[in-house]
Amino acid sequence: MATADIHIAEDTHHDDHEHDHDHSTNFWTHYIFTTDHKMIAKQFLISGIIWALIGGALSVIFRLQLGFPEAQLGWLKPILGEWITAEGKIDPEFYLALVTMHGTIMVFFVLTAGLSGTFSNFLIPLQIGARDMASGFMNMLSYWFFFASSVIMLTSLFIETGPASGGWVIYPPLSALPQAVNGSGLGMTLWLTAMALFIVSTLLGGINYITTVINLRTQGMSFTKLPLTIWAFFLTAIIGLLSFPVLFSAALLLIFDRSFGTSFYLSDIYINGEALPNQGGSPILFQHLFWFLGHPEVYIVLLPALGITSEIIATNSRKPIFGYKAMIGSMLFIAILSFVVWAHHMFVTGMNPFLGSVFMLLTLIIAVPSSVKVFNYLTTLWKGNIRFTTAMLFSIGLVSFFISGGLTGIHLGNAAIDIQLHDTYFVVAHFHLVMGSASFFGMMAGVYHWFPKMFGRMMDAKLGYIHFWLTFVGVYLVFFPMHYIGIAGYPRRYYSFTNFDAFNSFSDLNMLVSIAAILTLAAQFIFLFNFFYSIWRGRKAPANPWQSTTLEWTTPVNPGHGNWPGEIPTVYRWPYDYSKPGAKDDFIPQHIPFSETPESNLDEENDLIKLEGAGSGKSIVIDEK
Amino acid sequence: MFEVIIAVGVLLLLVILYTLFRIGTLVNVVKGTDKKIVSTSNKVNAALMMIFLVAGLAFMFWYSWTYFDKYTLPVASEHGMLTDQLFWITTAVTGVVFVLTNVLLFWFSYKYQYKEGVRGKFFPDNTKLEMIWTIVPAIVLVGLVFTGLKAWNDITGEASEDAEVIEVMGYQFAWAARYPGVKDNQLGNYNYQLIDDQSGNLFGIDVTDENSYDDFTPLELHLPKGKEVLLNIRARDVLHSVFLPYQRVKMDAVPGMPTRFKFIATKTTQEMRDETGDPEFNYFLTCTEICGRGHFSMKMTVVVDEIEDYEKWKAEQQTWLKLNPDFLEQIPADKRELAKIKAGIENNELEASF
Repeated sequence: MATADIHIAEDTHHDDHEHDHDHSTNFWTHYIFTTDHKMIAKQFLISGIIWALIGGALSVIFRLQLGFPEAQLGWLKPILGEWITAEGKIDPEFYLALVTMHGTIMVFFVLTAGLSGTFSNFLIPLQIGARDMASGFMNMLSYWFFFASSVIMLTSLFIETGPASGGWVIYPPLSALPQAVNGSGLGMTLWLTAMALFIVSTLLGGINYITTVINLRTQGMSFTKLPLTIWAFFLTAIIGLLSFPVLFSAALLLIFDRSFGTSFYLSDIYINGEALPNQGGSPILFQHLFWFLGHPEVYIVLLPALGITSEIIATNSRKPIFGYKAMIGSMLFIAILSFVVWAHHMFVTGMNPFLGSVFMLLTLIIAVPSSVKVFNYLTTLWKGNIRFTTAMLFSIGLVSFFISGGLTGIHLGNAAIDIQLHDTYFVVAHFHLVMGSASFFGMMAGVYHWFPKMFGRMMDAKLGYIHFWLTFVGVYLVFFPMHYIGIAGYPRRYYSFTNFDAFNSFSDLNMLVSIAAILTLAAQFIFLFNFFYSIWRGRKAPANPWQSTTLEWTTPVNPGHGNWPGEIPTVYRWPYDYSKPGAKDDFIPQHIPFSETPESNLDEENDLIKLEGAGSGKSIVIDEK
Repeated sequence: MFEVIIAVGVLLLLVILYTLFRIGTLVNVVKGTDKKIVSTSNKVNAALMMIFLVAGLAFMFWYSWTYFDKYTLPVASEHGMLTDQLFWITTAVTGVVFVLTNVLLFWFSYKYQYKEGVRGKFFPDNTKLEMIWTIVPAIVLVGLVFTGLKAWNDITGEASEDAEVIEVMGYQFAWAARYPGVKDNQLGNYNYQLIDDQSGNLFGIDVTDENSYDDFTPLELHLPKGKEVLLNIRARDVLHSVFLPYQRVKMDAVPGMPTRFKFIATKTTQEMRDETGDPEFNYFLTCTEICGRGHFSMKMTVVVDEIEDYEKWKAEQQTWLKLNPDFLEQIPADKRELAKIKAGIENNELEASF
């Protein structure tokens, strides 16, 4: 694993990396400042796991407050210090900081960096047949910008005035005025700095993913032969590239308002006995800019998970994914629509109601490609020969969450219904299922599925099953009851409901949710044990443990820098030749030419045989035109 | 001492679990099951899929049915009845899809579990099927969109001329209401730079505007039953959001950008007390946009009266100017008499207070 063996093949346009084939690596260049996409992927994965634990722990702390409002939390004083009041309660401002940081961490640091960062990096070169990313150096920068961002965000948890506490959406004026809430002081400055670095990291990564997919596909790997994972990562990167700069501009204007006296978002404010001079700004402007990223962000988080799931469900159902082209089409359609639905987060913010009508129409259209995806998953399972690997279980769980959470989107996308449901627990239930849990399950599925390729060893299946069932049941127990709480009108981000008679009737459900949340977090330690134990002591993996068709399984069990020791295989067929009638095995990998499988070829595939001339560049040209 | 025992116990438990895990792994190696592609766990997982499906659905239907009254709020406004109806239509449609797709998901997983020697069906696409499940959801959604659009346009349309206008203002951490007064029925102008909590000008009322003299600012929000109310909503520090849960009203309060919401309340407080059987019941107004430390405590009592009681209550209210006579001095001299009349200030009262 330490030394890579890259041959300079005759076919030079495959080898973009001969210039850096001096691979005498040491600890620093191998594990820390590495340019190997596989190691960078692992760096993102481990960082993501650490962030997920922090984000999960924060949620458990505020669930303690919500589930057990009377409980004495003095025992948390050694960890939380002054944030526990003298009466043994969580400080109300710290409560807001907890929900803010939980949201920020989970959305950006876990489900964007941890998911895209890990699997786009790991799988793009391996599945398209490339030696590495287009720019290994930019890829390395991407991780280290993310690392710097992480350090700053983590630091903000420990400062005296506390981290940002205006909600993960950081709406001004609350986020702009330190006199409105303590977290809008230094905590907010650190938040904005961290996010600026984070955006740089995302853009560096995204440019790389796009370039790599377009330019470095191996011979024969046309866009119509790409696995759905790659399509998902590709579209995700494009969405990110187009929307993250808008968040950057929103953050920049907020920085100006906070530090340089501008009035982009501020107007007519009287606070702490003082009228501020700012006039003419609009808080709604910030919301538009924020959600112009914020909504595509949902798909940045979700599409990679859906791509991973497509791959895993096809492999373990031993069937081709149903409607390959429809799957690509619906992802493309979702990607485009994701840019024109942002204002459905703003129906009751005072935005012009006519805009509300337009965005309601566009939002509900997005349900069509989403439902196509669900039906295609179901049809892929139909008449399969299903192997319940842990990855498969998590993928099925994802589909269930995607359905359950997606359907409530039809309520919320309807402006008239949203009046009552906006900013209640119904919304919390909706997005935690469809975006949070679904994407988290996609990430877990990916880890279990590609662990053998990452570390050359297998994770323990039984522990995986226990982890899945505890998490799956736990997540439903946490988020399903929130629908009822939301229908009853409970607003989100409330520290306590005890001074409302109408909002004080669900202490039983809230307690159930909190207990389920604690158990679900506890169940993740089974995964942690399994993960780290298996890295060093897991069973040695075979070359193709899941009998999959994609290219990454043609590399050695422990691929070095450069991925394939010899030439990169040429691709002849699409990635879903599972259970093909007449074939010897129930899968035919992508690099097997049709000339070797006359028994299973379809008519049009027999015609392709004559194009399979030895190493001819011809087939590429024909495929791509 | 107690903590030490717990720590030892936890440690012991972890050691036992680890040992069990090791034994399990070794047994697998001895039996060779770790080399097989599919072990007996496949059957167990398939069965668990069905158990989860049945138990999950049973639990959901049981709770939804048994506790229906607990998780649904009675509705007390005209548009609220409409949006509630839309909510339940949407819930019925999505509910059917929810049950159907989840049943298919888990049932297929169970039914098509791995069997030795069986092959999956090579079924890569089918245009007809794909057309069906593109077009059918599209049609259903068109139906939902148009009913929703109609409701939305009605709700957000212009308020009628004779609507009862009330100003609601959010600030850290309370709500305040201002009524246009019984004499001119016009809200006076305001300017945020005139706000001064010390002297009692919470709203930044501009006393050079004649319309402000009879405005009053009660501590409870009173609403008439059966008459259209137009809330003029604003905030003076950060974002807040007006939420009247029973009236199905929600609209953000934005500093620098006044917003509106019009609605017709349909049940008086007394009627709702009778309906819920709770003599203590009160409507309330609360905040649904994160606004800082006291976000959860911005509650204002709301009273819905019969229209006659409402008018009577209005007539009884003391004007803001009368309660804050210091501001008389800031009124231009030529308007001072008018102000006294509109604010209901008798001259002798004034002298007494000076």
